[in-house]
Amino acid sequence: MKVTIEHLTKRFDSMTAVNNFTMTFEDGKLIALLGPSGCGKSTLLNMLSGILPVTEGKIYFDEEDVTDMPPQDRGVGLVFQNYALYPHMSVLENIAFPLEIKKVDKKEREEKALEMAKLVHVDQLLDRKPKQLSGGQQQRVAIARALIKQPRLLLLDEPLSNLDARLRLEMREEIRRIQLETGVTTIFVTHDQEEAMSISDKIVLMKDGLLQQEDGPQELYDDPSNLFVANFLGNPPINNLNGYIKDGYFVLDDDSGKIKINNPNAKDGQKAVMGIRAESVMISQDEDHDFEAIVKQRYTMGKEELAFLNIGNQTIRVYLSSDYVVKEGEKVFLKLRNKGIFLFDDESGERI
Amino acid sequence: MSAPKKHRENINTGNYIFNKKGEPLIYLIPFAIGLLIFTVYPIINVIIMSFKEGYRLSGSFNGWGIGNYTHVLGDENFISAIKNTFIYVFTVVPISTILSVIVANLLNQKIKGMALFQTAYFLPMVTSSIAVGISWRYMFNLQFGVINWALGLFNIGPIDWLGATAGEAPWNIFVIVIFGIWNMMPFTIILLLSGLQNIDPMYYTAAKVDGANSWKIFKRITVPLLAPTIFLTMIVNMISAFKVYNEVIPFWSGKAGVLGNNLYTMVYWIKETFYSKLRLGYAASASIILFCIILLFTLVQKWIQKKTDY
Repeated sequence: MKVTIEHLTKRFDSMTAVNNFTMTFEDGKLIALLGPSGCGKSTLLNMLSGILPVTEGKIYFDEEDVTDMPPQDRGVGLVFQNYALYPHMSVLENIAFPLEIKKVDKKEREEKALEMAKLVHVDQLLDRKPKQLSGGQQQRVAIARALIKQPRLLLLDEPLSNLDARLRLEMREEIRRIQLETGVTTIFVTHDQEEAMSISDKIVLMKDGLLQQEDGPQELYDDPSNLFVANFLGNPPINNLNGYIKDGYFVLDDDSGKIKINNPNAKDGQKAVMGIRAESVMISQDEDHDFEAIVKQRYTMGKEELAFLNIGNQTIRVYLSSDYVVKEGEKVFLKLRNKGIFLFDDESGERI
Repeated sequence: MSAPKKHRENINTGNYIFNKKGEPLIYLIPFAIGLLIFTVYPIINVIIMSFKEGYRLSGSFNGWGIGNYTHVLGDENFISAIKNTFIYVFTVVPISTILSVIVANLLNQKIKGMALFQTAYFLPMVTSSIAVGISWRYMFNLQFGVINWALGLFNIGPIDWLGATAGEAPWNIFVIVIFGIWNMMPFTIILLLSGLQNIDPMYYTAAKVDGANSWKIFKRITVPLLAPTIFLTMIVNMISAFKVYNEVIPFWSGKAGVLGNNLYTMVYWIKETFYSKLRLGYAASASIILFCIILLFTLVQKWIQKKTDY
């Protein structure tokens, strides 16, 4: 099912948690709502589920206006951050509970529950109580419970935040697998950019209730629309240099160094921030280079080298190919690759 | 290395009561003495008394035996006391529990003026049951009582709650049952309310998203999650209900019912036998019987409670 939201806004007293969102979530896709805590991503999710009323704007499931529809009529499956499994019910009863509410007869709902349990691989644990399950197993049961009603839309609120690092990797693959197997449109909330990048078809990146950018993970990484997006995605984080534009060069604030740029939009004298991804710099053997730097420190990491380079008085962290071994204190000539180099306006943070 | 070892030897070779085993004992002694004098000794003494035949305050003593028990169990008034106590316990405890669950659930909502309601419901707890019982006595009055007036609005009654006709007083037991329910509810509500507040609201949200209505949520989520607290209050209330006595006193000026013998409860009978008739042996054996009944029911409840643990 396709989800469309138009000018969606949520205000709590004076605070605007979600500010004027308009977008479409395509059918059958896995979409991540990503952002730092307090950015409004859970609020957006809760409005989609119907738990929170909308202040302004509209929500459409396909062509149907569901803005004022109560949660139980929307056909959404919801997985809570703490799973919210009923502690007094067995795994089977938990999974079958939504059907029990719908007054499906016992035999049929247990069959369905078993089917769901098999899908999420908990069919060996049907008689256990939630307390006797690990975090990952509880998560699986919660997903099965959300899926048993055959929802039009599956919503997961921080599905991985309560798991340890190893389970987190495992469960994120599982969420992807289950989503692909069922083909249900899925929206999940996360503050972990790696999680969002690795499994989603599309990322909605938010900050302070404002939409920053929405696109595929790779597109977002390669083509950030502003400084926040560039900084939020990627590990190690992108390098930021402060300076201004002059005669086709990016000049550092204190004039201690400069980098040749090729950006027709950059205006002379404009204050700017230059973003350089760690993998976007290479050593140049000849005179054809974009900038020069002094190697401050270097660490060998197998196939590549992590180097800290001083450009004037500012430092950047980059990966260098280990073909050419640099020494600490050495002066090197460097070229910029075509990808992963961005200029942002110093004031607005918008991409130049 | 050697210094700590030496220190330890000192402790072990010193006064033995200060070694590791004896030390906690010292801290326990003040409390243990009180416990021995005021709890353990009286219990043992009552057990001993209950086997002393013909035992009275004057010190008369006809030897050991179970004569007290056979006498007590043959006493018509005591048998009626057991019957009345059981009727009281098995009406007051379930009804007050059910009503308290409902009221606690209502008090757990966010409504304006809730503090007023909460105060009203907890009022019986801070009042003396004897004093309030006297005003209840007027409420139960045949001609002027507010209860008969209210029933009259529905064309019921008037009911002679406190009185007797032709040597029968069938309504007397209802008086102490109704008063007992009213008396028991506040404490139960407080405990249940704290139990309700410990239930994570996310379970309600989850059930709501699944389409459960309030009755279904109450039945399938609230009550099962509250079950441990419900059992706790039932055990505590059952123990106190078996000891019903205060509730009888205000209505018939201290008599056991309007006829003077139609509303004995076990504790009433024990008190009368002990203080008025000074038959210490009978009173002691009746106390032991009461103790055994309470113990038995508490164990049964504990056993059921274990099954609801999750």
